[in-house]
Amino acid sequence: MSILSLFVLVPVLMIGCLFLCKDIKQIRAVMVTGASVLLILAAVLVVLFIGERAVSDATMLFVSSIVWYEPLNIAYSVGVDGISVAMLALSSIIVFTGVFSSWNMNMAKEYFLWYCLLATGVFGFFISIDLFTMFMFYEVALIPMYLLIGLWGTGKKEYSAMKLTLMLMGGSAFLLVGILGIYYTSGHTTMNLLEIADHLHIPVEHQRWIFPTTFLGFGVLGALFPFHTWSPDGHASAPTAVSMLHAGVLMKLGGYGCFRVAMYLMPEAAGELGWIFLILTGISVVYGAFGAVVQTDLKYINAYSSVSHCGLVLFAVLMMNQISMTGAVMQMLSHGLMTALFFALIGLIYGRTHTRDIREMGGLMKIMPFASACYVIAGLASLGLPGLSGFVAEMTIFVGSFQHVDLFRRVLTIVACCSIVITAVYILRTVGKILYGPVQDEHHLGLSDAAWYEKVSALGLIVAIVAMGLYPLGVSELISDSIAPIVAKLM
Amino acid sequence: MIKMEYYLIISILMFFIGIYGFISRRNMLAMLISLELVLNAVEINFAVFNRYLFPERMEGLFFTLFGIAITAAETAVAIAIIINAYRSIGNVNVTKLNKLKD
Amino acid sequence: MEYSLLIIITPLLLFLLLGLSGMKMKPGMAGIIGTAGMGFSTLISYIVAYNYFFGIGQTDGAWATIIPFNVEWLHFTDNLHIDLGILLDPISVMMLLVITTVSLMVHIYSLGYMHGEKGFQRYYAFLSLFSFSMLGLVVATNIFQMYIFWELVGVSSYLLIGFYYTKPSAVSASKKAFIVTRFADLGFLVGILLLSFYTGTFDFAQLTSDGAGLVVASTAGISFMGLSAASWAMALIFMGGAGKSAMFPLHIWLPDAMEGPTPVSALIHAATMVVAGVYLVARLFPVYVFATPDVLTLIAYIGTFTALFAAVIAITQTDIKRVLAFSTISQIAYMMVSLGVSEYGGHDGLGYMASMFHLFTHAFFKALLFLGAGSVIHAVHSNEMDAMGSLRKYMPVTHITFLIACLAIAGIPPFSGFFSKDEILAACLHHDKLIFFTLLAVAGITAFYMFRLYFNIFWGAEKSYDGHHQPHESPLRMTVPLMILAVFSIFTGFIPFPEFITVDHIPFAAHIEWATVAIPSILVAAAGILIAMVFYMKGSELPSRISRALGGLYTATLRKFYMDEIWMFMTKNVVFNRICTPIAWFDRHVVDGAMNGLAWITQKMSVSIKGLQSGQVQLYVWIYVVGSLVIAALVLFL
Repeated sequence: MSILSLFVLVPVLMIGCLFLCKDIKQIRAVMVTGASVLLILAAVLVVLFIGERAVSDATMLFVSSIVWYEPLNIAYSVGVDGISVAMLALSSIIVFTGVFSSWNMNMAKEYFLWYCLLATGVFGFFISIDLFTMFMFYEVALIPMYLLIGLWGTGKKEYSAMKLTLMLMGGSAFLLVGILGIYYTSGHTTMNLLEIADHLHIPVEHQRWIFPTTFLGFGVLGALFPFHTWSPDGHASAPTAVSMLHAGVLMKLGGYGCFRVAMYLMPEAAGELGWIFLILTGISVVYGAFGAVVQTDLKYINAYSSVSHCGLVLFAVLMMNQISMTGAVMQMLSHGLMTALFFALIGLIYGRTHTRDIREMGGLMKIMPFASACYVIAGLASLGLPGLSGFVAEMTIFVGSFQHVDLFRRVLTIVACCSIVITAVYILRTVGKILYGPVQDEHHLGLSDAAWYEKVSALGLIVAIVAMGLYPLGVSELISDSIAPIVAKLM
Repeated sequence: MIKMEYYLIISILMFFIGIYGFISRRNMLAMLISLELVLNAVEINFAVFNRYLFPERMEGLFFTLFGIAITAAETAVAIAIIINAYRSIGNVNVTKLNKLKD
Repeated sequence: MEYSLLIIITPLLLFLLLGLSGMKMKPGMAGIIGTAGMGFSTLISYIVAYNYFFGIGQTDGAWATIIPFNVEWLHFTDNLHIDLGILLDPISVMMLLVITTVSLMVHIYSLGYMHGEKGFQRYYAFLSLFSFSMLGLVVATNIFQMYIFWELVGVSSYLLIGFYYTKPSAVSASKKAFIVTRFADLGFLVGILLLSFYTGTFDFAQLTSDGAGLVVASTAGISFMGLSAASWAMALIFMGGAGKSAMFPLHIWLPDAMEGPTPVSALIHAATMVVAGVYLVARLFPVYVFATPDVLTLIAYIGTFTALFAAVIAITQTDIKRVLAFSTISQIAYMMVSLGVSEYGGHDGLGYMASMFHLFTHAFFKALLFLGAGSVIHAVHSNEMDAMGSLRKYMPVTHITFLIACLAIAGIPPFSGFFSKDEILAACLHHDKLIFFTLLAVAGITAFYMFRLYFNIFWGAEKSYDGHHQPHESPLRMTVPLMILAVFSIFTGFIPFPEFITVDHIPFAAHIEWATVAIPSILVAAAGILIAMVFYMKGSELPSRISRALGGLYTATLRKFYMDEIWMFMTKNVVFNRICTPIAWFDRHVVDGAMNGLAWITQKMSVSIKGLQSGQVQLYVWIYVVGSLVIAALVLFL
């Protein structure tokens, strides 16, 4: 069995073990062990991948395939390239830190059951190279979301859970149509991505409708304007770790899918129709940032900032050159890490102050210095401070997009650049309001700083953010090779 | 010999009287009786068609016998349900049996 | 000269050490470690400077450009890649000296000034971060490296301005500083993108090689709104510089930045970070002068206006740090003007040389002024002039050093400011008479407001100092840096700058033009000092009478010509209320409303057909019967 299947098997085993658990200690033990195993697996995979890449120039490595349903030519086939490896690493980091962020959940057993199922879906999605299994894991990742938000959430949780699930399901309906389109029009009824990309060709007249449907399908998950409104409500209601996992990983499924399915399989249509989505993503980038400026709920601020940052991912994908697409993947990683950090800290603060309204907080730096310092770091990463991950990702995107010969795209790049100023505005506004200044509410004075498990969670993410920010060459080299075949098709 | 049409008229009358009773009565027992009328109308039809159109064969008559047997069984089940319904809601009015709807 | 890397790495390590484990140390320990590390860095930079100027020396009569260290940090394409490296040429070596020296002085000074403050370790960590970023900025080998460190100095400035984070004014000042410079950096970034798009490189060496031929050739024939692509790029890059160097109209953050601890103001907002914009223009000077002389003219005029504008405002301010802040803006504008009027090669490059010279001398005397002001503030616990007076009796060292700095900035020989300012005026005289006379007037105003400050603090009427708050001289930790900087302020003017720093690295001889420049400028400065003496030495009624006579003009100046209000209006009313709030509303009500509307329509439709599913068996039968009859009828009659 290949190492990749382990990524799916471990969460499934964790689910099995959870059933046997009797008390919270055992549950925690299972979760920490499992998440650590996943983290180690991801590290091993990165090392193995770099070794293998050096000697092989196949598009996908560690490929293996098991026929699942012969008559329809569906197989469970897995394989990874640099992009998926990066995404797997990201997911395992966030799953790991998420466990620590949900240390004190009530109904822990059920919660973690769904949590593991969600993880299964996410990992399965990133390793799949068969459209059917990809779609299946995608759905597996979506459904637990409903329960996790609906049962463990806060505020208008039923409404948000319903909205989120329905909108994402609507997206996946588009996606399903697109996948069926690919299946029937590629000339040979197959679901295998590699086979379609390398040997088959979808006729351009079909691409013209399949590309928008698949892009839209994944785009909804990637918070594409105007289908992003599930994100503020969903994030605001979700429990901490679910927000982390959702913004950190699940939203990346959208970006990854756009890459892997929409752009890779339908290059001609992407070239023809890309501009429509480019405008939408350009709007997302600026609009999300402006929207975040006036929000007063911490999670809303972060949700809108996610709209802006994820918009940048799709924006860069649609710029269709080597540099900008590398930047897109880096932005996915960077946004995943920093937004997870944000949500972890917001959860921490909310858990103590019982409010997320920035007008009701102030001077937290004095009360919880550790958490506040981490929040500042997350903020600085988000506004693109060099040395942290956000800078390298954004700069790669801007430089790459601006190298485009098309004037329209360069102008759009300048528009997107404006977001860095607006980001600074809302980040500093938030930081200034909640962390600095005098203490707003004297009840807050007695609050404790982060507990050890919260520190593990925050520090884990900060280490990853700093590592990526200081040594971007490693990340970009890991990704860049795998971008080449996609770009080659788009040219 | 009596013409077939007379039998059919009888059975149509019985059928629609049964339908009418089924629709108009609220009492489940009355509805059950109406249902019996509908079924008996059908069984008359079976017997008559068999006798007049295919005298050399017996399927219609057998079907009639089957029908009678099933009707009996069905009545037993229905009565049981009605009794249970009566026990739980205190009457046998069909419009009151809407607890599953909510 | 690979060891020059140590200059930059040391502060970085200090930052990591103090940032990660500072809170576990004793405060004094953290201060000592930080200062010692900075001392080491300073030592290395002096060795580097010595080796550069006297060890390696000139080749073919020009100072060499050395890149002792360069690594690829982020790879885009074979041409476009961000490197991190060290570039040593006369201006970067000079900047290393300035930064490390002033930084070391500030480190030592802070041991006294910040003594007993909460977060002392954090303070030193941030100082190290700043020193690291600033040093990295000046040795940048490519424009993107400069941008990276540019952002880092911005953040360290933000963190240090907001050091007293419980004070709302400090928080909003730090926010303002960061956002205004961020806005300017947007211009910088877009400028870099434009430049790299046309030239295909970030590298300074390639951009400035053979008279910026690459820039000229690659952008030939491309123009937008009457300006060539190169002009746009360079103007946008200048915008970044103008933001950091507080040129009008992006100057508004600097006066507010005075909310930070005073030593920080001395280091960041007087001597080093704020001259980054000047340094940036100097670094790309060949491009400006050959490819885009129009932008250079723009720089000269913006600089001239800013110099006058800031000087006028400085006259009326009563917060001593704000006076110094406006004087900094004005002096930096001098440097900008000087670059703007400069040309290339030999004596034509006088303006460039003068600008760097003024940067060098200004760093020391302005740091001295700020530290002196800090010493005064330390003694009287107030920033306001009204709370001070006759302090010369209590604080002799501060008094004398402050006087030296004032004389230097006023341009009185033989203090350093005289020489550098004189070169700037000479360069302007040869270029543009209007600029020359404006700057000459500014020199007079400068002398006036500096001595207004001086007399108000150290002379004038004695204020009622409470018994136990009797002002006293600051401890040795604070006065020693003052004395060292005073020595620098006296003697740096005698350095034969044109021997070392010229635009084409080829030394030339400059001489003081006594008749046309030096004598008038001394006279103007002396006049300014005299007026200040009459007005403030003994305390007279004249100033208040004049200010009353001026009425609205005086108020406008006091309120800094309402620039803050205009910006506030722009951000609050336009950006917040006219853009962000409507967008947020639009998102909640229109976009989200459409989604909710979709759900609502679906629900209504299901409700409307729900009636059929009544659960009433009799209704079903009724429908069934009618339906079958209809079907039967259809079958029979059709």
